[in-house]
Amino acid sequence: MVSFIIRRLISAVLVLFAISVMVFLIFFATPGVDPAARIAGRSASPAVVAAVRASFGLNRPLPIRYLLMMEHLFIKRDLTSYVNPNTPVIPQILRAAPVTLSLVLGAALIWLLIGVLGGVVAAANRGKFIDPLIMFVGIAAVSVPAYWLGEVVNYFTQSRFHSSVFSWVPSSGYVSITTSPVQWALHLVFPWLTLAALYAGIYARVLRAELVNALNEDYVRTARAKGLSERRILVRHALRCSLVALVSLFGLDFGALIGGAALLTEVVMGLPGIGQLTYNALQSLDLPVIMGCVMYAAFFVVFANAVVDVLYALLDPRVRVA
Amino acid sequence: MPDDPTSTEAVLSVRDLKVSFATRQGELRAVDGLSFDVGSKEVLGIVGESGSGKSVAMYSMLGLVRDSNVTISGSVKFEGREILGLGDKEMQSVRGGDVGMIFQDPMTALTPVYTVGWQIVEQIRAHTDLTKAQAKARAVELLGEVGIPNPQRRAGQFPHEFSGGMRQRVVIAMALSCNPRLLIADEPTTALDVTTQAQILDLMEKLQQSYGSSIVIITHDMGVIAEMADRVVVMYAGRPAEIGPELEVVRFPRHPYTWGLLGAVPRVDSKNTRLVTIPGVSVSPLDVPDGCAFAPRCEHRMAICDERPALLGDGEHVDACWLSDAQRVAIRSGSKTSGGRP
Repeated sequence: MVSFIIRRLISAVLVLFAISVMVFLIFFATPGVDPAARIAGRSASPAVVAAVRASFGLNRPLPIRYLLMMEHLFIKRDLTSYVNPNTPVIPQILRAAPVTLSLVLGAALIWLLIGVLGGVVAAANRGKFIDPLIMFVGIAAVSVPAYWLGEVVNYFTQSRFHSSVFSWVPSSGYVSITTSPVQWALHLVFPWLTLAALYAGIYARVLRAELVNALNEDYVRTARAKGLSERRILVRHALRCSLVALVSLFGLDFGALIGGAALLTEVVMGLPGIGQLTYNALQSLDLPVIMGCVMYAAFFVVFANAVVDVLYALLDPRVRVA
Repeated sequence: MPDDPTSTEAVLSVRDLKVSFATRQGELRAVDGLSFDVGSKEVLGIVGESGSGKSVAMYSMLGLVRDSNVTISGSVKFEGREILGLGDKEMQSVRGGDVGMIFQDPMTALTPVYTVGWQIVEQIRAHTDLTKAQAKARAVELLGEVGIPNPQRRAGQFPHEFSGGMRQRVVIAMALSCNPRLLIADEPTTALDVTTQAQILDLMEKLQQSYGSSIVIITHDMGVIAEMADRVVVMYAGRPAEIGPELEVVRFPRHPYTWGLLGAVPRVDSKNTRLVTIPGVSVSPLDVPDGCAFAPRCEHRMAICDERPALLGDGEHVDACWLSDAQRVAIRSGSKTSGGRP
């Protein structure tokens, strides 16, 4: 098991390296604007531009340029935005990351709870009235776009009923958990619910399908023949075997959301997270920021997948041998 | 029937069991009037081709048929107590506790994510008050009894680390874990290769003697019947065609369907001949004739076969056919094509 984890981590590092090379090549080795001029700023003197060119090795071979770029980005951390020459890339990402992490972690807890509960209750009551009801609510949640749901939620909590029922809801924005945990949670409650709705719907539906499949498996018949209770069969046998599918789905979703896929929710809810940062950088073709965000996103996607693979091996003994 | 329904000797006593499913095409009669007894320490073989209702019959009496469209009627008494229509809780203590089950495909019968030891312990703990450690020790002991080498270590392994035959041994160990008075084996050797089949049958015979359980073995393999069974129920289209002691049914089969079944067993000493089959195809359970179910395929069909024949015969050996004894003797001595052993 330990060697499996180590092998998995090594391959994750290799994938990250490959991604960083690709991103660098796409953004800084393709013909276009002179990076030195952009990094130096709009009204920089020729001497400054020359200094930047030397510092980034822009007249040297590609591998050296790659290494110098990574040094400026990660080690010296003085690679600045094209648009705001005085703001370095890494601190911007470090400021945005906690916002996104707070949003996605909280939402993930909610959607896992609701999704698993919904899926299990629907599967346990298949054929009865409650099963199609849960599945209908699920498909409705999946079908509603996050930006629309977010706007509706904002409309009710921020204006329509803000003076009555929702007077406790603070105006949109983000408060750091270190500043005030209560304010942090209050600011995030509705963004969490908005983001979680879609995924809770997906997870409930996927889990129900997996459970119904599992309940038709021979091992469930064996479990019944053993005289186990229906609840135990559902939870310890069917659900336990269905978790594998859910975990792989969760890894992909979680990694992508942390990486910036929560953009719509962030924008609608006024949260300055990674999604917004990436979106703004793309709007102004701010290559250093885009590169930073892409590599940050790649890190979480790759990391989440590595964790999923390890969880897989823990959940399914058949994977461990491979 | 030889035993009257109040017989105290019978471990399992089934009377007029009917299982039908409501489907879009109409009523599907999977089991249609099945009655038999299983005596103490007796091995009863139920034989029939696929779809003859032999598995459904056993599953339905234990509440393992969970289709909401199913209708089950009749009477099933386990040690004198009616178990058809028992509540969930009571049925759970019958299943796995009083009645152990062995299934056809050992490759899929175990939950893939738990060790085999864990799965046996789970069953023991569901039916007894043993502690975890005691149950664990019992599980290891059981694995040893069913011939798994190094049971202590093997108990900690997962199903995928066992071969098919070894997994079937695990399933048998599990079925026996709570000292059941009745063991139901649903085609326990069908999914195994021939040498493993023989080992598993030997094991079941040995364990049957040491545990003293009665066994109902469901199979389509006359060889398994000859090896294991004391008595045989031959089923066709959900109905019993012939019931009798194993030796009599195999040596002196009375029903034309049994003739066909026995004739269809391939013989090692007759190479280069076509395999013998029963002409025609099995009737659809949606469309079982009101009369004799086998009549459409029967070479000896008569006008009266439109009426359903009763199970009649002398003593323990009964069958459902309108042919008279004289007709049977004439057919059996005259014809070689419709099978049976000489």
